[in-house]
Formats: sequence, C-alpha cells, structure tokens
Amino acid sequence: MVGNNSEPLATSAASGSASAVKLSVRNLAIDYAGKPALEGVNLSIHENEIFGIIGPANAGKTSFLKALNRMDMFDNHMHVLGDVQFNGRSVNKLRNVYALRKRIGVVFPLPVGLPMTVYDNVALAPRLSGIRKRAQLDEIVQRCLTRAALWDEVKDRLQSLGSLLSGGQQQRLTIARALSQEPEVLMLDEFSIAVDPVTTMRIEDVLKELKSEMTIILVTNLVQQANRLADRTAFFLDGRCVEIGTTQALFSGQVKEQKTQDYIEGRFG
Amino acid sequence: MNKLSIQADFDRRDFDWYLDKLMQVIVFLGGLSAIVFILGIFIFITKEGIAFIFDTMDPVEFFTSEYWYPADEDDPEYGILALIAGTASVTGLAMVVAIPFALGAAIYIGEFATGKTREFLKILVELLAAIPSVVWGFIGLSIMNPLIIKLFDVSVGLNVLNAGIILGLMAAPIMVSIAEDALKAVPDRYREAAEAMGATRWQVIYKTVLPAAKNGLLGAVLLGIGRAFGETMAVLMATGHSINLPTSIFDSVRALTATIAAELGETAVGSDHYNALFTIGIFLFAITFIINLSADLIVRGVRKG
Repeated sequence: MVGNNSEPLATSAASGSASAVKLSVRNLAIDYAGKPALEGVNLSIHENEIFGIIGPANAGKTSFLKALNRMDMFDNHMHVLGDVQFNGRSVNKLRNVYALRKRIGVVFPLPVGLPMTVYDNVALAPRLSGIRKRAQLDEIVQRCLTRAALWDEVKDRLQSLGSLLSGGQQQRLTIARALSQEPEVLMLDEFSIAVDPVTTMRIEDVLKELKSEMTIILVTNLVQQANRLADRTAFFLDGRCVEIGTTQALFSGQVKEQKTQDYIEGRFG
Repeated sequence: MNKLSIQADFDRRDFDWYLDKLMQVIVFLGGLSAIVFILGIFIFITKEGIAFIFDTMDPVEFFTSEYWYPADEDDPEYGILALIAGTASVTGLAMVVAIPFALGAAIYIGEFATGKTREFLKILVELLAAIPSVVWGFIGLSIMNPLIIKLFDVSVGLNVLNAGIILGLMAAPIMVSIAEDALKAVPDRYREAAEAMGATRWQVIYKTVLPAAKNGLLGAVLLGIGRAFGETMAVLMATGHSINLPTSIFDSVRALTATIAAELGETAVGSDHYNALFTIGIFLFAITFIINLSADLIVRGVRKG
C-alpha cells in the first residue's frame, strides 16, 4: 500500500460520523522556493470532529494548516498546489481571503499575547468586524475568556498588558482570541509546547466542549494527546500523509504502514 | 605533565593575555573620548557664555524680548524671543512635512516592499540623508524661492514655508531609518496572529504593528525634531534671516543657529555680543540634549517592553 495516500472510503464510514464535510483537501502539494514540504495529500475534515494530525518535525503539519486558511499569501517562497475546499468553495478562488480567515481561528505553538491589554486582545477580532458597542464587547470578552478557562484568573486585570501574562495564561488568551472570531474551524498547532501539563489538561477539556460547536484541527507532537482528543487522526511523515483513520483504529494497531505503528509506540520521532 | 607545571599555567601572562588587556584599554579610551569631547564642548561654551549670563543678561528680557540688536553701540538689546519663534516655527512646519512622509515611507519599506525594491529604497533613503545641508540651502534659495513667489504671489520666497519644507525633507531620511528599525523590531508572530484573525493588511499595521512600535516611532520623530532644530546652513539660506515674530508661513524669520553662524565671525572675542551668542549656544545645547535624551529613553523603553 506504500504510496497510496488517498483516503480510504472505509475510514469515514468507520468513524460513524454522518456529518457534512467541512474541509476537503485534494492533491495538496506545498513547496518553499521549489523545496517540497508536502505532497499528494487527500483528506476530508468533517463538521464537529476533532481531527488530529501527528508526526515528527518537518513532516509538513504546519504547512498544511497554513494552506487551509491561505496564510501562504504573505510568504513569497511558499507555493500551494492542489485544491482546498472550505464549505465547498475553493479557498484559492476566494476574492476576500480575510472573510475566510475570520471563520478559521488559529492557535500558534508559542502563545502570542499581542502588546495590548487582555481586554483588547480578545476584543480585537470583534472590533475588526465592526462591533463598537461597549456592552456587546464586554459580553464577548467575558464569554470567550470563560470558555478558554481564563476568566477567573484575569477578570480583575483585564486592563493589564496581555503580553505580561504567564505562558499558559497567554496560550489560553490566544484561544479566547481565536474564539472571539466565532470561527467554524479552530486550528491548533502544537498548542501545548509552551504550556505546563495542568494547563494543557484544562485546555484539552475546553476543546472537548468546543467540539459540539465547531470543527477542530489539532496538530500535535504528543501522540497521546491525539489519542485523548481526536476522533480521527492523520499521520504525516516527511511531507506525506502516510496514514489516516479513526484514532481508535490507529491506536489499536490497525495500521497500513509499520512506520505509523512505530511512531505511535514511540520508536522514532 | 606534572602537577607543578599545570599549576604554573594558571599564572602565566601569555601573548593573548597581554593582547586582551591592550584591547580593553584601547576600547575604554574610545568610549571615554565621547564623554571627554561632549564635556569639553559643554565646558567651552559655558565658559564663553557664563560672563554674559551673570554680568549683562537680564533673563526676563533675554527670553521675552523680541529685539535682538546686539550691534547697537549705545543701547544693545539681547532678546531672543524672535529667534526662538523663528526656530520653533520652522521646526514645527518641518515636522508637519516630515512626519507623514517619513512614516509613510517607513511603513512602505518595512511592511510592503520586498526584496530588491526594499533594498533599493533603503539605499536611496540613506543617500538622501547624506546630502550636505548647504545643497539643501541652495535648493531653498534658487528653486523654492522663485517657486513660492510665483505660486503664492508673495514678495519674498525665503520664509517659514520655504525653510520648513527644506528642513522637513532633510529630517525625513533619518526618521525613516529609525522608524523602519522600530517596525522591524515588531515580532512577525504579532503580524501572523492578526492576519490569522482575518485582519486586512492595513488593519494588521494599524491595530497591531503601529501600537507595538509606537515608542520607536516617537523616538524617530524626536530625533527628526532634533535634526531640524539644530540645522544651521539650510535655515540660514532659506528663512530670509530677518528678525521677525512670524504671523504667517510667508514671513521671513531668523533661527537661533543661523544667528550664531552669521554673527560670530564679526564679533570681538570677549565682547558682550560674542558672549551673548555663546549663551544662545548653551540654550541650544540644553534643548538638543533634552530632545536626544528623551528620544533615547523612549527608544530604550521599546527594547525593554
């Protein structure tokens, strides 16, 4: 089966999820100034699922996320080939990519507390989309911070600088900020890299709750995190999507390639 | 190697050791020289000006009188208000011209231009900064002067407007360089985070990059003010050099710096007039020192935050 990267139909059936396709990726290939980073990726991500992506460094995981919300636009060296469809529309053919990005929230590996107050950090996206009323903003800020499990810790210092919060708090602030866009898809790129284990578990609980409202794409370098959270998991290696299946199947040894098994069991990577 | 020779090694002053000490001394002297020179200049101008401050000067008259007639043999008057007004009006107008240009150029170079365009523009800005001030003064005299007369139908084209534009163009390049550094110091992850939220390019700059860089940008503006404030030759040539409290941008004025440059050569060393010019020098020194110091403190605030 080596080299066959197409998604087996059985997988989606096995997942038991009848929900609609949110993102569909066909023949995706990404290169940086001619140097390939990802090739021949075919997969679909469904509504209200947590889709895990695991794999060692340089497997193309982050590049994959960038292609989904057109973050390649400002990187002159990055070229994306193939087709990515969001709600059935090709993202390469959208006139207004900003509207696309508003619907896809991103949480980066390192927390990014923008150099403004906690309040302004969370109110930034609503303000960008034109919400001006203080009461409405207050409500959004409180709701998003609460859902990101941060409200209790920062409610008394909403006016202090977001960049002064601790690493774990900043990462939850980043999540609150992503939620303030009311995204349909939330992409998390190795969010727990700079976060302590206790905070990581709190964020994981948050993600489980959010699943009912949005689609979550979870790129992680912690194999067990994918096991805990993801409904389906894809394994990326050396710029290819080697395997894709229900998390349950993958972690119970139903794999097509030995490498997947080896990686999951921690023999390399 | 026995134990003794190993220990002997610890106390040996070899070539590297001496070279290291020598370089430390040389570098220290270099650093010291900056302090020595600035102190030396300060002591010199204070020494020359102090006699006037204590013997002749009426501080109230000095700062509030608009009459500067130091050459009058019977009743010399030493009021620098008109000169301060001249410098302030020209510097102010220069900033009105320079700030939009400089910030615009810095944002374009820092945020939009890429690759060769960017490098080319940066070299061009540096070239602009290297144009001698007398050349700018010449442009003010021979190009701006007739142009202003023709465009606005005024009798004299050497005025606040002329000098303000010339000074603004002179101050802009250094402001562009500093402002561009400030924008470059804003981490890319801030931009990425804002872009990922669906911010447009302008929103990214306006909501994220500019607020993050505001101290550096303020520092750039202050350095530009310092540059315009201390400029001599170009203002001497472009202002008209006539003592005036300006009421419009078409009035000729005279600047503090230009006064010193024009009059110092014609005064007797040690005379009241000579000493009064040095007092103006002390005043200028103090103001530029304050401007530069606050610019430095503000820019430093950037690096800490």
